[in-house]
Amino acid sequence: MSTDNLLTLEGVQTHIGAYHILHGVDLAVPKGQLTMLLGRNGAGKTTTLRTIMGLWHASQGRVQFAGKDITALHTPQIAELGVAYVPENMGIFSDLTVKENMVLAARSAKNADAIDDTRLKWIFKLFPAVEKFWNHPAGKLSGGQKQMLAVSRAIVEPRQLLIIDEPSKGLAPVMINNMIEAFGELKRSGVTILLVEQNIHFAQRLGDTVAVMDNGRVVHSGSMAAFSADAQLQQSLLGLAL
Amino acid sequence: MKLDFDWKPLLLAPILALVALPLTGSVSTWLTLTVAGLAMGMIIFIIASGLTLVFGLMDVLNFGHGVFIALGAFVASSVLGLMGDWTGSGELWRNLVAVFPAMLAAMAVAGAIGLAFERFIVRPVYGQHLKQILITMGGMIIGEELIKVIWGPAQIPLPLPEALRGSLLVGDAAISKYRLLAVAVGVVVFGVLAWTLGRTKIGLLIRAGVQDREMVESLGYRIGRLFVGVFVVGSALAGLGGVMWGLFQQNLVPQMGAQVNVLIFIVIIIGGLGSTGGALLGALLVGLMTNYIGFLLPTLTQFASIFLMVAVLLWRPQGVYPVANR
Repeated sequence: MSTDNLLTLEGVQTHIGAYHILHGVDLAVPKGQLTMLLGRNGAGKTTTLRTIMGLWHASQGRVQFAGKDITALHTPQIAELGVAYVPENMGIFSDLTVKENMVLAARSAKNADAIDDTRLKWIFKLFPAVEKFWNHPAGKLSGGQKQMLAVSRAIVEPRQLLIIDEPSKGLAPVMINNMIEAFGELKRSGVTILLVEQNIHFAQRLGDTVAVMDNGRVVHSGSMAAFSADAQLQQSLLGLAL
Repeated sequence: MKLDFDWKPLLLAPILALVALPLTGSVSTWLTLTVAGLAMGMIIFIIASGLTLVFGLMDVLNFGHGVFIALGAFVASSVLGLMGDWTGSGELWRNLVAVFPAMLAAMAVAGAIGLAFERFIVRPVYGQHLKQILITMGGMIIGEELIKVIWGPAQIPLPLPEALRGSLLVGDAAISKYRLLAVAVGVVVFGVLAWTLGRTKIGLLIRAGVQDREMVESLGYRIGRLFVGVFVVGSALAGLGGVMWGLFQQNLVPQMGAQVNVLIFIVIIIGGLGSTGGALLGALLVGLMTNYIGFLLPTLTQFASIFLMVAVLLWRPQGVYPVANR
């Protein structure tokens, strides 16, 4: 694998109980780029993300992050290396306020005043709802606002890699456009992103590279531009008729 | 977007007290019963607060919590026994100087045993509720037997220190001095817990962990250490509660923890699993209900708290202040 890859998975297999979900995933996430992980429902995308985060452990294969083998590390250790994860359900602490959610995510901050002010202003600019509802219970936010909070939490401190599971799921089109703009800004800031997505238009507008999963394996990887230009490939891998 | 606090459950305690007022026949009797109920509730809260956090954060059904109550009470009896000159004095400050180290010793011993209990009994069965029930009950039986080995199987008297005996007269109402102390200790414990949970990062982590442990780990926090810390604090609080309960009953038996266990599970179910504020409200309701029913319909006292739990669950099936995502 190229040394420009921040994250690589080699032959990763994952079992959940009696179920064999990943059957040898090979995946490379280039540094500074946004990689889209696509695939039909049940292809193994979420399992792949959870295996990277150590929430489920690989039974075989190797996960490397920034040149370090993280296959057997526990989730907090992986997070400490600079990996932020936004799960499909967003993982918002709904009984806490927006501010408290952010304070928790800022590991080095004892309280809200200790969060880097410049970074916080940048986040408020990306996601104005986070500032607007700063002292409100996070459980009262709309789906789109919760997603903004979830991503804000992931970037409240500098991270090397953002792993985000289906950020556009259930969002209104206007929210999706806001999210695309925000991810575009994050890309420009140089952060590496691995994003699972079902919405092909969302993926095409943001992705630099793409990996497509089917039946627990990566069956295609390459540039998003080439993938977008090949309707037949999309049809065969994702069942899309565009 | 409204910043709405669910205040309706808070009305339950005053409504219960107001309903009891005409039934008790006189204001002085009502006042005596109400203060007694609040004191009993505060003691139950001290014991239950640790269990609700353990339940909420760790998803552990610790049926062995009662052993820490008994242990705390027996340790306190030994400490107070060594300080006879102080407990026998009629001066309040000398009595408090004796009770305070007894509380500290009880908390320290219960916390230390809690540490071992978590490591050797609870940790192997995380995520397995049936096994948790069986093994923690087994742990409690072993704990009770060890108490019998150290302090003997017979009932041990735990008399109140001299200045804490008797009552203060407020009009015609007799207010037990010890019960006032119990209310004060309960208020302090609640204040410290509320401050820790609401104003510190550790508290934030605990509240977040109660809702979504996996996400807390994904943010980079080692929740295993937090589990151990909460279990130890929960055990120490049970030890403190055991001191208060023992002085309340003025008699200790090795099985006292098991007897209180049912009451505290009722309290945390009423309050909503994992909710400290809910546990306080649940404990006060149970304390008041037990005292009012004990006076009005003594034969039904045993059922009072169960009846209360059923009524609350019919209204709020998740308890009065359920913690989200659980």
